[in-house]
Amino acid sequence: MHKETNVTNLAAAAAAPSPSADAVPVIELRNVSKTFGEVRSLSGINFKVYPGEIVGLLGDNGAGKSTLVKTVMGFHKPDAGGEVFFKGDRIDDWSVARARSLGIETVYQERALCEKQPIWRNMFMGREPRTKWGLLDVKRMRAESARLMSEHMGFTSAAVHPDNIVTTMSGGEKQGVAITRALHFDAQLVILDEPTMGLSLTETKKTLEFVTGIKRAGKSAIFIDHNIFHVYPVVDRLYVLDRGKVAGVYDKSQITMEELIERLYRVARSGSLE
Amino acid sequence: MATDNATPGIKAPRPVDNRIAPPSILRRWGSQLGIIGVGLVMWLCFVFAAPAAFTNADIYVAFAETTPVFGIIALALTLVVITGEIDLSFPSVMALGTAIFCLGTTQWGLPWWLALIAAFATGAVCGWINGALVARLNIPSLVITIGTQFLFRGLELVLMNGTGVPLTEDQYPALHMIFREPLFGVLPIETVWMVVLAILTWLLLNRTRFGAHVFLVGDNQTSARLMGVNIVSVKTRTFIFVGILAVFAGLMVSVYGYYFWPTTGDGYLLTAIASVFLGGTSVFGGTGSIVGTFVASYIIGAINAGIVSAGINAFYTQLAFGFVIVFSVVLQTIIERRIRRQSLTGR
Repeated sequence: MHKETNVTNLAAAAAAPSPSADAVPVIELRNVSKTFGEVRSLSGINFKVYPGEIVGLLGDNGAGKSTLVKTVMGFHKPDAGGEVFFKGDRIDDWSVARARSLGIETVYQERALCEKQPIWRNMFMGREPRTKWGLLDVKRMRAESARLMSEHMGFTSAAVHPDNIVTTMSGGEKQGVAITRALHFDAQLVILDEPTMGLSLTETKKTLEFVTGIKRAGKSAIFIDHNIFHVYPVVDRLYVLDRGKVAGVYDKSQITMEELIERLYRVARSGSLE
Repeated sequence: MATDNATPGIKAPRPVDNRIAPPSILRRWGSQLGIIGVGLVMWLCFVFAAPAAFTNADIYVAFAETTPVFGIIALALTLVVITGEIDLSFPSVMALGTAIFCLGTTQWGLPWWLALIAAFATGAVCGWINGALVARLNIPSLVITIGTQFLFRGLELVLMNGTGVPLTEDQYPALHMIFREPLFGVLPIETVWMVVLAILTWLLLNRTRFGAHVFLVGDNQTSARLMGVNIVSVKTRTFIFVGILAVFAGLMVSVYGYYFWPTTGDGYLLTAIASVFLGGTSVFGGTGSIVGTFVASYIIGAINAGIVSAGINAFYTQLAFGFVIVFSVVLQTIIERRIRRQSLTGR
């Protein structure tokens, strides 16, 4: 099923042991369902992401993309019967804090920022560094934020001060904070939920470059976007979701963009790919 | 109508890329500077109105002794308000905790220190109940703490059978030492405690992970949750903190008056809440300051003492309260809006 198709980079090759079935997925969902009251958002999902791989997640509104991501992230607990594996180990007490401590980071559609707070507080949300006295290392948080902003967000040094309140930033800059935050913590797996939404052309380009950068660093990513023209060029493998189910899984080598678009239309009309 | 950014005061020509500059002093410390300004102006007014009273140390000792009773609670309440909640039950917790102390020493034969621990534990439990109801069950704190306020007060009245307990110095020397004797014979111990607790609360809010999460929870609960912050635990802990400091204040005011009244706590509800809001903590959550609350407490404490010593009829106290609070909050809102507009247009 899984075929490692584009090991173009030595670092990636080193990270992904062998292009065969014995590679252990970074994250795996087995038979995961999620019900909210009467609404079944996910049903019987099987989903894997291998090291050094970028997986695209496509599907219409309400297909369950965001729910799937929030389940991977530990924000939603799967219904009974569903299992979450991290690097081959089944994890029962999956939570956001746990997922993040294992190196899974998400750039959420809604950005998940606290906008009345300064940048440095947002950058370290939920995992603030402490000094040896157990107190918050505010100095380091400020300094690191300033460094990250100039190195990763493309601001010339001190162009944006870490003490600036997030409300005062533009949409792209806010997205920059959310993305930098995900990258900074040396994540094994970065999840991007519609990262290009509401961004300008250059900002979109930057974001896509960031996604390919994840792969170059030998890490994995899940990339969700409405826009197939953004998703197709950067991913290795594609999951198509429809009404809470996996409607299809493709290696990029197996399918051209045109065929994919064709199938997405078909699935939207009939609920089946074939 | 205010028109765009041409307001006087901030019309200095902006550089093309003004984001290069760090946020101005005004933007960062605006509300704190504002409240300190209000305090200074008020003090000057009093000094001019009644120079005899206000150049004498007695008046300062007077409000250094009385202000901390509600000021200490206001410190803890600031954290609750930053998370976007409110606690209206603390006056009853002041009484219930002190009642447990009195019962412990008079009825259950506990040593004073054990009774003291029991009293603080009571405050913590009351806070935990508030916090659990608010955070776990998602009940609006405004509603549920009105309920628990009656609950805690009712429990205290039943336990005490409506009677008080004398707290004389020879029976409770340790308590008088802790809560009443001036430090080195001169410094009012109440204010010493207030300063110590303000510093600790400041550290808690600004230099601990818990404090960082208090801001995040109040700012955007969903974002905080998505980033792995435990909302229930953070909110519950802020309520527990209020419970503990409420008992502290209850003991302090009782020892100060040599007597525990079953009505202890009555009259402190609005002064404590006013201190928090006057200090610049936003009712919408996400922002707030311990420095602001600290200064605001003394402003409110000073109005009371000041009005009387200035020879003005005490009936004017409430009028002065109202004036200062309304004026300061309006001023803060205007300053904040201007700062916000400056940052929105200055890009």
